[in-house]
Amino acid sequence: MQKFYFWALALLTAVMIIPACKDARDDEFAGFGSVEIEFENQAEGDALVFGKNYTNAAGESLQFSLFNYYISNVVLVNENGDRFVAPKDSCYFLCKHDDPDSRLIRINNVPAGNYTGLEFVLGVDSAKSVSPVTERLGVLDPATGASGHYWSWNAGYIFMKMEGNSPASANPDNKFQYHIGLFGGFNSPTLNNLKTMKLTVPAEAARVRQGKEAPHFHMVVDALEVFKSPNVLSIAANPAVHASPFSKNIADNYADMFTIDHVHNH
Amino acid sequence: MKYLSFFLLLALFACRDTQPPVEEPFQGPELPTNFPAPSYDLTLNPVTEAGFNLGKKIFYDRILSRDSTISCADCHISYSAFSHPDHPTSHGIDNLFGRRNAQAVQNMLWEKEFLWDGGVPNLDLVPLNAIQSPVEMDNTPAEVLHRLKQNAEYKAMFKAAFGTEEITTARFLQSLSQFMAMLVSANSPYDHYVRGESGGDLSAEALEGMALFKAKCASCHTTDLFTDHSFRNNGLLDDFSFDKGRYEVSQLPEDIGKFRVPSLRNIEATSPYMHHGNLKTLEEVLDHYASGVKDSPTLDPLLRQPDGTLGIPLTATEKARIISFLKTLTDEKFLRDARFAE
Repeated sequence: MQKFYFWALALLTAVMIIPACKDARDDEFAGFGSVEIEFENQAEGDALVFGKNYTNAAGESLQFSLFNYYISNVVLVNENGDRFVAPKDSCYFLCKHDDPDSRLIRINNVPAGNYTGLEFVLGVDSAKSVSPVTERLGVLDPATGASGHYWSWNAGYIFMKMEGNSPASANPDNKFQYHIGLFGGFNSPTLNNLKTMKLTVPAEAARVRQGKEAPHFHMVVDALEVFKSPNVLSIAANPAVHASPFSKNIADNYADMFTIDHVHNH
Repeated sequence: MKYLSFFLLLALFACRDTQPPVEEPFQGPELPTNFPAPSYDLTLNPVTEAGFNLGKKIFYDRILSRDSTISCADCHISYSAFSHPDHPTSHGIDNLFGRRNAQAVQNMLWEKEFLWDGGVPNLDLVPLNAIQSPVEMDNTPAEVLHRLKQNAEYKAMFKAAFGTEEITTARFLQSLSQFMAMLVSANSPYDHYVRGESGGDLSAEALEGMALFKAKCASCHTTDLFTDHSFRNNGLLDDFSFDKGRYEVSQLPEDIGKFRVPSLRNIEATSPYMHHGNLKTLEEVLDHYASGVKDSPTLDPLLRQPDGTLGIPLTATEKARIISFLKTLTDEKFLRDARFAE
């Protein structure tokens, strides 16, 4: 009889606990939260400093004075492989090295979950690049937010802008200047330098929960990667690259300058 | 009784004279029946009288340029279909010369791509090019908006056109588009002829020229817009190191030396010709096609005859007839339209 009570009690407890657990888990994944993504530019393993001497893969000494890039079309992938695509009206960012606020981007209304994957485009996708002028707001407004990042003669955005100086450059003031754009053309094809990054967290997933502080993806962006692989870029040979077939080499290089260093959950 | 009717008649005239002149209601852009459907989406930017007036004021305003010396209209003059007569290439700010001939601004609603190399896909974005070009206006759109915002008259005009005084990039560009949208040229003798209207009596020589044109020119200068909107190398030059044309936009080697096929409307009024502006007369243009075509790897295949000769075979009589036809594309009403002139 005692044995019966024991098992009855055990069963009752189990019946009570299991749904309770399940409810708790359901609650945990109910609702929406936010994520933050911080882009930390680095060179030679430390925070990038304008005006400091570095050496590129071609062995050339250089200093940076400008490093900006567009990030767009952010996608978060959870541990089950479900994808959350940031809405089109809030997925364009222009990250400028000298403006730390611009390098901390926030995605809101993300379904609660454990996110292990992060995807984004370096550049401004072709649909947005051909959109009506009324849909070019904020960092996409050629007169304001996109000032200096819009080619008016070859209508499109400059995806990445890197400038500096190097003794290897024969240009005035030893300048080097890389302005990389081209989204593939509107009516007929052109070069396409858009690159989609698909990154995975190194360890801990980003835990998005309703009412909780946003988890923080800490990205490291290696500025010297632009000179490194797969194509070693020599400033002496190519001190200035704009809209040209050669720009593809630089785009192929910046396609792997991003890594998720760590995720910080609060 | 006889006198009464006379006085009544007189009174009638008197009444008519004292009535205020009837205001013509504002008409949006003409969409001619002999044109295809426009490429520009007018529903995204409906043309209003206030928007047109604002766009016109901006078009003629020199504050667009860095030192307030150059307006759009300095290189796009109304009586030459908004091209730049007698200027192979135009002089912009600081008397700097551009590389290419200033093109006519007409029938913009039917264009899919703009500038000689098609670098801009949408009419709304075209003015940004001239504003930023270091040899044209050498300014920034931000500075232009800043100047407009300082100006009470502009504020009032933006309010009239868009409902509030707010001056944004989009409103600025859309008002210029509204002005350019109105620049429709479709009332030449040729148009009257194809639409079966009065004023469409073409001379026998022009009609013979039309037949020749259809046989020899209309594969590129198609439809009543007289362009297929493509990019082609017409053999004007064989060295493109100065200006690579479409290649500068596409970065594709097969596009080196290709330029937009221009419309031929009002061609009589838009001399000099070609992207380089190096041909002064229509005779020179036809001489080029008949015997001046230069060979290069991207030369248009239509300019290679089966026997290996280059160009389009044309006799002196044929050239004269084609020119006679081309002159039927001159739209005097458009060239002298007071709504568009300064």
